[in-house]
Amino acid sequence: MSELRDLYQEVILDHGKNPRNFRVAEDANRLANGHNPLCGDKVRIYARTAEDGTIEDVAFQGAGCAISQASTSMMTQILKGKGEAEARELIARFVRLITDRAEPTDDELEALGKLAVFAGVREYPNRAKCATLGWHTVSAALDRADDPVSTE
Amino acid sequence: MTAAPAVKPLDPTKVRAEIPILHQEIRGNPLVYLDNAATTQKPAAVIDAVADFYRRDNANIHRGVHTLSQRATDAYEGARGRVRGFLGAAEDAEIVFVRGATEGINLVANSLGRSIGAGDEILISWMEHHSNIVPWQLLCERTGAVLKVAPIDDTGALILEEFEKLLSERTKVVAMVHQSNSLGTVNPVREITERAHAVGAKVLIDGAQATSHRAVDVREIGCDFYVTSAHKMFGPSGIGVLYGRRALLEEMPPWQGGGDMILTVTFEKTEYNELPHKFEAGTPHLSGPIGLAAAIDWIEALGLDAIAAHEDDLLRYGTEALSEIPGVTIVGTAPGKSSVLSFTMDGVHPHDIGTIVDQEGVAIRTGHHCTQPVMDRFGIPATARASFAAYNTREDVDALVRAVRKVAEVFA
Ligand SMILES: Cc1ncc(COP(=O)(O)O)c(C=O)c1O
Repeated sequence: MSELRDLYQEVILDHGKNPRNFRVAEDANRLANGHNPLCGDKVRIYARTAEDGTIEDVAFQGAGCAISQASTSMMTQILKGKGEAEARELIARFVRLITDRAEPTDDELEALGKLAVFAGVREYPNRAKCATLGWHTVSAALDRADDPVSTE
Repeated sequence: MTAAPAVKPLDPTKVRAEIPILHQEIRGNPLVYLDNAATTQKPAAVIDAVADFYRRDNANIHRGVHTLSQRATDAYEGARGRVRGFLGAAEDAEIVFVRGATEGINLVANSLGRSIGAGDEILISWMEHHSNIVPWQLLCERTGAVLKVAPIDDTGALILEEFEKLLSERTKVVAMVHQSNSLGTVNPVREITERAHAVGAKVLIDGAQATSHRAVDVREIGCDFYVTSAHKMFGPSGIGVLYGRRALLEEMPPWQGGGDMILTVTFEKTEYNELPHKFEAGTPHLSGPIGLAAAIDWIEALGLDAIAAHEDDLLRYGTEALSEIPGVTIVGTAPGKSSVLSFTMDGVHPHDIGTIVDQEGVAIRTGHHCTQPVMDRFGIPATARASFAAYNTREDVDALVRAVRKVAEVFA
């Protein structure tokens, strides 16, 4: 059970059940759809960025497991107000946390702040795509990619 | 009342002891393997048969004059005879070795498919595995034929009247699953075949999920084609069977060319080999049929009636216990269903269920199970699925139920 708690920590369960910024952002100027065909998880990311690239708003809609919902929910909270370069750095850092073979350093974990709870996913490589779906999709939104993102 | 001939009941603990892989721990808990619809685990006898073949008899078949080649050929062809008997086919020539159910269906769709044209219809059901959908879609794309789909009801049973309404002289092929892998529904394949034959359609039955659970007799069903995969019946992966009626196989053109499927080759004309070799181009999976034959020996020693009775007990027991957990809904409740327990839990995604029960050592499948139309039909993205085999025990079901209760706790 203790290991399980490593993965399904309160924060994750909470965000999974009550995802934040779970709405359509009517005034979004960047949009991308993500899809994990393997498990059917779907996410749509809405973002509004200022002239200088600052993320003024980010929201999402979709359906999926607790891990994907929670990670996308927490992502929207953290990205809001960030400049584009800073946002992209965080996205890369999060994806590294989930998928890198090497153990994350203390510095890395610190830089991830609350997101470090997702380190538990490292034990479950077949869940990595759940944790990263929202992040890959927001990255596509920032690229203004029109095609749906697929984690396959 | 005269008593039915007694079925010697299974001793699941003894059966379990014969499966080496089951005796290990996963994340600190004893492994409970309940993903048998995806693939089954292998008895020591099957593993040994394959290993012994490579240790003692390996050689290419049908070619050499040396002793090993003769032994390998005898073993390979002997296995064909074993499969013929198991499926109740009339002759060995009607048993074609393929990679699996998928390849068997593709073979028929490609070869029989040459006689299909624009406006012809292929009739399948809503509960088909993708492998019994996509080959027909490809055929329709190539030929202009039309794919028709017979609906299922809320229990996951085929609606026979609707199926019948879709049959007409335009129907050239009816392709139908024997037992559904995501719902457990067992189709009335004999009735389906009769009605399809009445309009002149050919019938293919996808038996991938059936052959490890129920006795199958292709002549009693009356179907034209029957496919199954060895790995779903305690045999090796990469080998399966296409049964086809001789008259049809004779007429059908080969679908792959190469060695072993020919009698003579000149650049002007090639004469094809006789059945079933016409459909087995190239060096086949030599040890596959040998492992499959050992798996059939193993199944028959237990007895399919005893296996069915045992699994029905597990299914009843599991259905009852899971249904008692608040928020659990069983998906697939057709009367007479077999060995598959698909379910959802309110507020919990099946993937989270899968990960949490894995933590408890319980292996189940989560997802759409290659039956996306079934998921759409029930308005769900996925299910969690426990599926039983001869070696599962009531203790396995207890472990599943405990693990699912833990899921409910975590997500409470
Ligand atoms: C009902 C059904 N048909 C066909 C298949 C395909 O079998 P294979 O992948 O062994 O070719 C499966 C396997 O999951 C199945 O469950």
